[in-house]
Parts: sequence; C-alpha cells; structure tokens
Amino acid sequence: MSALKITVGLALAAALLPFATNNPTHLNLAILVLMAAQLGVAWNLLGGYAGQVSLGHAAFYGLGAYASTMLLLNFGINPWLGMLLGGLTAAGLSFLFGWSCFRLKGHYFAMATIAVAELVQIVFTNWDYAGSAVGLTIPMSGQGWGAMVFAEKAPYYWLALGLLVLTLAATLAVERSHVGYYLRAIKDEPDAARSIGIDIARYKQIALSLSAFFTALGGSLYAQKELYIDPASVLGTGLSIKMALVSILGGVGTLFGPVVGAVVLTVIEEATRVAFGGTGRGTDTIIYAGLIVVIAVFYPNGLLGWLRQRRAHGRAQRASLAQEAAR
Amino acid sequence: MSLLELHSVSKRFGGLLANQEVSFTVDAGQIVGLIGPNGAGKTTAFNCVAGYYTPSSGRIDLDGRTISGLSPEACARAGVGRTFQVARTFTSMTACENVMAGALLHERRVAAARATALKWLAFVNLERFADKPAGSMTISEQRRLAVARALAIAPKLLLMDEVMAGLNPSEVQEMVSVVKRIRDSGVACLIVEHVLEGIMPIADKIVVLDRGVKIADGTPAQVSRDPAVIAAYLGDV
Repeated sequence: MSALKITVGLALAAALLPFATNNPTHLNLAILVLMAAQLGVAWNLLGGYAGQVSLGHAAFYGLGAYASTMLLLNFGINPWLGMLLGGLTAAGLSFLFGWSCFRLKGHYFAMATIAVAELVQIVFTNWDYAGSAVGLTIPMSGQGWGAMVFAEKAPYYWLALGLLVLTLAATLAVERSHVGYYLRAIKDEPDAARSIGIDIARYKQIALSLSAFFTALGGSLYAQKELYIDPASVLGTGLSIKMALVSILGGVGTLFGPVVGAVVLTVIEEATRVAFGGTGRGTDTIIYAGLIVVIAVFYPNGLLGWLRQRRAHGRAQRASLAQEAAR
Repeated sequence: MSLLELHSVSKRFGGLLANQEVSFTVDAGQIVGLIGPNGAGKTTAFNCVAGYYTPSSGRIDLDGRTISGLSPEACARAGVGRTFQVARTFTSMTACENVMAGALLHERRVAAARATALKWLAFVNLERFADKPAGSMTISEQRRLAVARALAIAPKLLLMDEVMAGLNPSEVQEMVSVVKRIRDSGVACLIVEHVLEGIMPIADKIVVLDRGVKIADGTPAQVSRDPAVIAAYLGDV
C-alpha cells in the first residue's frame, strides 16, 4: 500500500512541476526525462519482460513521427488522431518486423533488428513524398490543445507525463495478466514455456506489437514538440540504443526501472553537455559514455535491481539477527 | 483403445536411427517406465510424444487423436504434460508463479490460477515455498516443482524425464510417493528412468529400448527376467 501512496504522490508532484518553475531550460530537461522514460518503458515490454533485446526500435519511433506528420501535412488529419493511427501503423508493421526477426534468437535477433531499422531509415531518406533527407516541418499556425502545438513548454510536459503514465498503466496491466507470466516464462526457459502450452511466437509478437504501438506514440509526440523531423532525428540507430540503455541501466523487466534509468541517463547526458560540451572535442560524450560503463560494471542488474538486492540483503540480515537474539 | 499409442515410430537424425519401429501403449491410469542403457533412444521417443521432434515415420495417438507432428504447445493443449532432465525452472518467478504459468493455460484469471497452483504445490509437498524465489530451491525441490507445473495444465498423460536421477534415497522415496499420487489422481505417467529401484516397484509396465529398438515390454517382473534385457544391461554373458 505504501508503494502505491509513494507512486501517487510522485505522480501528483510531477503533474504540478510546471507551476513550481517556468524556467524553460528546467522544463525542457524534465520533458526529455519523461520522453526517454516513456520510450524505455515501451521498449521494456519486449526487451525486458519478454527478453527479446531489440536494437531497432527507432523504426517504430520514426514510423509514429512520420505517420502523424504526413497525415497532418497531406490530409489535414488532426495530430491526436494521427498519433493513434501512427501507433496502429507501427503495431501493424511490427508483424513484418517480428516475422523476419523472431526466427533468430539472442544476439542474432538483436542484429536483425538493427538491419530492419536501417532499412526503414534508408527508405525514408530516399522517399520524396516523406520529405526524403530534408525532412518535414509542421507549421506553427494552429496552436492549442486541438492542434497539439504550443508556444510554451508546460503543455508538452503534461503531454509527455500523460503518455508516460499511459504506457506504465499498459505495462502494469500486461504484467498482472496471463501475458506477463507467459512473457517471463518465455524469457526464462522457452522450451519449458512450450511444454505448458505457451505459443511462443504469438506472445513474443503481442509484446512486440504493444511495444511498437507505444514507441510510435512517443515518436508522434516528438514530432509535435519539435515541429520538425528528419530521418536522422527520428530513425537513427543512436535512438534505438538509447531506448535499450534507459531500460537496461534502470533495470530490465521491472515497471519503474526505465523511469529510474531515464532520470539518471538524461541528467548525466545534459550535465556533461553543459559542463564539458561546446569544446568541439566531444569531451561530454566521452564522459557520458564512461559513466554508462561505470553503471554497467557496478550495477549489472540495473539500478532498480541493485536496490532490490540491497533490500533483500537487509531483510536477510535482520532475519538472522532476530534469530540470534531469539537464541 | 489405449490412452497413448505409438505405432512403429522411427526417428532418424542424418545417418543415426535413434528410434526404429518403436511401438507400445500406455493405458489410462497406468505408470509405464521407459528404460534402457545410455543412447537407447529413450529421450528421443519421449520428445516425439511431446512434440519436440516429429517422427520420421510412424504415428502417435493420444486418446484416439493423432498428435505426432504437432508442435510442443499443441501437444500440451492436447493433454501431454512433461518435465525435462534439468528442471528448467522459471528462475525469475516464485515457486507459485511457476505453477501458475501452467495453470493459466485453462484459467486465464490470475487469482483463480493462483488457487489452482497452490493446490498443486501442496500435492508435491512444496506449499511452504509458494512465495519463495524458485531459483533458490534445491534440485530435488525444483524437480517436484516442475512436476507441479506440468500437472497444472491438467494433462491426461505426464511424461517425466529422469526425475529421480541424482537424488538421494529419501528424495527418491518422496518422488516415488508423488508419482503414485499422480497415478491415483487419474493421470497416466510415462517415465524415462535410470534409477531402476525407483521405477521398478511402482510401474505397471516397463518398456525396454536398446540401440533404438524395443527389446522387451511387460510387467517389471517379466522384464527383469528377460534374457534380452539382462544382456543389454550386463553385456552378453
């Protein structure tokens, strides 16, 4: 019960943050954290719970961003509907992604996902109708909640927070349903999972489709926030790696792991940029990468996994102390 | 008609004929032991029944329905439960969650699956581990956990692959009593076993394989007197 209270309290505090600060730099950092967290949570559905490490999720992010933007620019479709259609497009195309990649296991699966994402990036880079390498610009003309375009930061903050909460809620629903149990079974022991009647291909695809759907929603939000997308910004391999990193550093297969990972990773990224960036020598990136290595070496189960271990260790110690005292 | 019928099942791996025209039956409520020296093809026959291998020729029927060629998950849904030589525990889960994963096949509501799972945990004397991490249990406990997980899919036939191997005598006795209780609950058992003192006293029937071929089939008493079986185990004397 206390965990629930803490969660609700944190969510309320997060919702009220824009009233506490109107410094656009702070709000922007908070938005970046929320967006990274949402992508990590979406990635975690497939990479964490089902144990299928994808390094090609930028494909779904880009599909979401391009779908909502192209629907808006070419057919005047409202971005809210465009976002939903983008998510459904990504979920639909994820069947092709799964069909081609799920034949492979482990490292080979990860490699195949990179290849598929590269393919998508090449298509969009050369597709004139989608703006090719130049990209697409969303006009500032219509503003407000209907058009999902704003001059100030606070509405984007609430949008990002809302999307994160929605993705967390979906993950929680999966975790608590039979699907959550099946995904963990597939991750732990695929042969044993089949022996109890689990259709592995089907449940991996369910995880992938859900993951693709929510990743694409994040892409559409990015497009509406930046009002400009091109293949490098929404389809790059770096993005795919970031989604995996957020989840892995925070703790794979845990509900809030990616949120913790996003806070730590984004703050390190921005802080090193402020402190060491602008030299033109990439010092900030080197330090950022170095800190990631440090976390990976010292917290192999992710930050949340480490916390859980410490709690379990503490419990065990208290239990043995109590036994000593009883004797 | 028997519950499980193997009709001239052969399985070839390249040049190796692991099973050659193997036929036998398991009746409802029976405990059948599948024994034989190393490399006799016991596990191959087993994997054919459970859908992990497709026989090169021959046919396998369960309850009158042909199951050879079905996928493992389809065999499980048709009523074949199985355990593995290594327990293959879902180590990220608690003991209860392991069994729930099985129970969820017929009962998609998690609370109901938990109730079923607790029942099966008690059946194999593991109820005290319900909310403990399954990976922290001993080998013997994990074997019984795997049995409970397989029983949770409500199989008609349970295949057990060397569930007694590597257990100490008291653990073997515990497993033997579990197997008897399974039979008494109406589920037939087909058991691949090396530990003959575990299987011989409880089996209704023993099938002996040697080099891929069935060499004997009968009650434990008949089989242990069979000259071909003695020769296979001890060499020609």
